[in-house]
Amino acid sequence: MGENSRLCKFFSFAQVGISGHRTRVTIKNVASPSKICPLIIFLLMLVIWEITSMVGMYDSGTLPPPSRVIKAFSELASNGILLRYSVASLFRVTVGFYLAVFLGMSIGVLLGVWQRGCQMFHALIQFLRPISPLAWIPFALLWFGIGDGSAIFLIFLSSFFPMLFSTIVAVKNIPRLYFQTGANFGFTKAEFFKLVIFPAILPEVVTAMRISLGVAWLVVVAAEMIAVKSGLGYLIIDSRNALRMDYVIVAMITIGVIGLTIDKVISQLQKPGFVRWKFEKK
Amino acid sequence: MRRSKIQIQDLNMEYGKNNKVVVDDVQMEFVERRKVPRSEKDQGKKQGDKVEVLKSITLNIYEGEFVCILGPSGCGKSTLLKIIAGFIQPTSGVITIDGHRVTGPRPNNIFVFQEGGLFPWLTVYENVALGIRHLATEEEKQERVYEYLEMVDLLGFENHYPHMLSGGMKQRAEIARALAVKPEILYMDEPFSGLDFLTRLHLREELINMHLYIQKTILFVTHDIDEAIQLADRLIVLSDRPSEVKMNYEIKEAHPRDINTGELRSIRQQLYLSLGVHYTL
Repeated sequence: MGENSRLCKFFSFAQVGISGHRTRVTIKNVASPSKICPLIIFLLMLVIWEITSMVGMYDSGTLPPPSRVIKAFSELASNGILLRYSVASLFRVTVGFYLAVFLGMSIGVLLGVWQRGCQMFHALIQFLRPISPLAWIPFALLWFGIGDGSAIFLIFLSSFFPMLFSTIVAVKNIPRLYFQTGANFGFTKAEFFKLVIFPAILPEVVTAMRISLGVAWLVVVAAEMIAVKSGLGYLIIDSRNALRMDYVIVAMITIGVIGLTIDKVISQLQKPGFVRWKFEKK
Repeated sequence: MRRSKIQIQDLNMEYGKNNKVVVDDVQMEFVERRKVPRSEKDQGKKQGDKVEVLKSITLNIYEGEFVCILGPSGCGKSTLLKIIAGFIQPTSGVITIDGHRVTGPRPNNIFVFQEGGLFPWLTVYENVALGIRHLATEEEKQERVYEYLEMVDLLGFENHYPHMLSGGMKQRAEIARALAVKPEILYMDEPFSGLDFLTRLHLREELINMHLYIQKTILFVTHDIDEAIQLADRLIVLSDRPSEVKMNYEIKEAHPRDINTGELRSIRQQLYLSLGVHYTL
């Protein structure tokens, strides 16, 4: 039995590549016994970190040990700052991201369908796309002042172009067959949007949403360091100014955990059957 | 010299049949997109030159006929079918159905594609219900969908998405979707060519039964000679590009047919030869 299951485990990696259906099953089987391993490595790192700090290998002010970080975490959690700042960051990301998804998708569909328009705007979009949203910080501050407005504007910029671009490409890649079928069944213009274009681009849009939400969460930290007086990014820069590196680490960990959670949540959008077809291998 | 008062030329008359689809002198040209010409006869053609695909095609198709269009690969069979269905405008010539000129696709003539014509984001039920979305009540729709799903033996799969079905099931679902509309004419563009041999034979059989049962006009493009002989009431063979109607042959043999005996056998041999292949190997 032992020998057998080890062999199975070995070959299951090969199976993952071959048939899509087994993927879910085999990954679970492989992952469960070795779940402990990464955990051990993680704990080991924390222990080494703590011990090296205890014996005074470096100044605990420049890299506070885990025990200090845990204490700082309980401080920030109990006085409500952590929750308030997390909510503030999430609020900005949510508003900026929704705006970007809504505008990016509607303009994207329009330009995807309207060929002449796409040709006209193509150069402009390609020119603006590679400019980092952070490069807009001076204008954001000038136009919206210090506060939510400029942070939201920067997050919007970070998500808008990826959404716009993927939507245009997705619309253009819809096979002509589906339009012919639609025409055959006498679809009206509205029905073409509702029954062909929108559902056909949905998988790509969901993927683009997942990527740009990740980017938005990266950008919010940077934006908050400069443009506002609250949020997790502000917590980092404010704590640095006070030389509270333990607070900085707490903020970093919170950012990481929230980012991971957001990605987990939005990846659920790839699950339903009307989106699933695109991710299923033929 | 006396001028004739009434002139009659090439008059044909057949009783008991209504002209359903008339293809009158259809011609089609494409723009050459290849840098290197596809075959020898295109030698000397440059990108952007005109390539003549269909040359003066004239056909009469009658009510309730099962017509198979055969021809060598690349001869424009699918192009002809798409022109008749209204998806493509011919360079010149006119298509009329029941006397009305075809200007675009119409909901009562349904096209069944080679593969992948189902919308992958809709379930089988939703796909089949597409063509009958204007029916008054939900019950009526449901009844119709189930009627045709039963006909193609897909009951129990109505909530599956196309990617969960096999190739044959997808094709059957697409046929159900087409038939649910109760179309006047069914256009089928090599609908079985992506399927394995046995599934293809099964679907052929089902299609014959269906045609005997509902008596719709069917235009069926195929490159499979045996398939054409088994299915067709009328065989139309196109020549190589630029395509002309090389043969227009009526098969009166009743179903079930054994293509290895009698008249069918000689038709088969004739077709093999005319398409440039040997019927014995």
